Amino acid sequence: MMRALMQPHRIVMLAVAIGLVLWIILGGNWSWLPKYAPMIGQGIWRTVWLLVLSILIGFALAVPLGLAQASGPRYLALPARAFCTVIRGTPLLLQIWLLYYGLGSLFPGIPWIRESDLWPILRQAWPYALLALSLSYAGYEGEVMRGAFASVPRGQIEAARAMGMPRRKIFSRVSLPLALQSVLPTLGGEAVLQLKATPLVATITVIEIYAVASRVRQDTLITYEPLFLVAAIYLVLAGLIVLAFRRMEGRQPRRTA
Amino acid sequence: MESTLGLLALSPPGWGGTLLVGLWASIQIAVGAFGLGLLIGLGGAYGKIYGGPVLRDCLGVYTTVVRALPELILILLLYFGLTDMVNQLMLALGYGRIQISGVLAGIIVLGVVQGAYATEILRGAILAVPPGQIEAARAMGMPAGKIARRITIPTMLGLALPGLSNLWLIATKDTALLAIVGFNELTLATRQAAGTTKAFFTFFIAAGVIYLAISLLSTWGFARVEAWARRGDPPRVSGAR
Repeated sequence: MMRALMQPHRIVMLAVAIGLVLWIILGGNWSWLPKYAPMIGQGIWRTVWLLVLSILIGFALAVPLGLAQASGPRYLALPARAFCTVIRGTPLLLQIWLLYYGLGSLFPGIPWIRESDLWPILRQAWPYALLALSLSYAGYEGEVMRGAFASVPRGQIEAARAMGMPRRKIFSRVSLPLALQSVLPTLGGEAVLQLKATPLVATITVIEIYAVASRVRQDTLITYEPLFLVAAIYLVLAGLIVLAFRRMEGRQPRRTA
Repeated sequence: MESTLGLLALSPPGWGGTLLVGLWASIQIAVGAFGLGLLIGLGGAYGKIYGGPVLRDCLGVYTTVVRALPELILILLLYFGLTDMVNQLMLALGYGRIQISGVLAGIIVLGVVQGAYATEILRGAILAVPPGQIEAARAMGMPAGKIARRITIPTMLGLALPGLSNLWLIATKDTALLAIVGFNELTLATRQAAGTTKAFFTFFIAAGVIYLAISLLSTWGFARVEAWARRGDPPRVSGAR
């Protein structure tokens, strides 16, 4: 590691990189930072929980979507395939706007929704953001899980059946663990992609970390410094996701034969 | 139903024309960005494989940074940064400020993003070309350019096309991000139409159908091109891996 870094051109590149960072930090105008610091903290928090919840909900939807496509009857496989195709074939921004503006304009006209206890929540933007992000993740992951379920070796399932396991148990003890194991590295990459998709919800007034940067730009006309800060935050978050998934992969039993 | 068709009509009381203008802009940007991305990617892939250590490390930084940052932030940074740099250059040279056209800026910005992904896809495909083929060409005294044109690129095309097909789909969908910097492509045109007429579902679903049609058509097209590019491959034996 050290030897690889000590080549002369790498030292120069490292020096240039450090110089660039120092130039941005020292030469930039950071006077806005103290005033917006609480907002930045809130923005990071909002990005993180949107990311985590959308991945959890999306994945919970992706498992049945993948299973239906891989081994379900036609009347389940076709709608699941159609859902994945539509989600993967249209821009996420369009989906977010369809849900927010479309449902958001539909709901006020329906009396029982307006009178329900959920209305104060449905009047805000984040439920639509969370729904759109979850559905999008489910669409992409449904396709991934289809491949994963299809690649579970037949012999494993036949063996479980021969042991007299009921179908549910075969799913929870054999198919799902094997599918998850084969798909974990892909899921890590997809989680980073999902992180990179979250700033889109800023367009429907959810104030996550990217929206804070645009707010600073609008208030103070400082363009680059907030964007650099947010870029650094995204780099750190992406790094954390990669590390977390590497740990999860490390905890899996390695095949020995 | 009548009113829906009326809203989508091509002539001015309907908004169909506006959507089509936006669609045309989206397609121009997607094609331009994909083409630019391919050029950058081809250069980047050759640089990463045959280049010196400095070039390789620089390309490594480019592909890593671009793929780690959200496209939206890259677009904003490049969009503002590019316009600023060009304008400062123009002022330094004694010309007045210019306004970079939205289409050109969109193509350059998305092209730089696409280039990073294309570099990795093409690098993988070039590495999968059997080295014996390239050595044989070299032994026959072919110059490097001819080896690329006659041996490497035709052989790797079949391997690269699935990845490139995905990349093209990403390009068409990423054009929607330019709506955020105020560029009037399909998604922004749709939002304007929907916001003015309050027929949100009609327009967003119409735009969704358009995007979906593009993606289905191009998936089909790329499958055809891949079949053509693989026409010389030995038949794959099923079951052998």
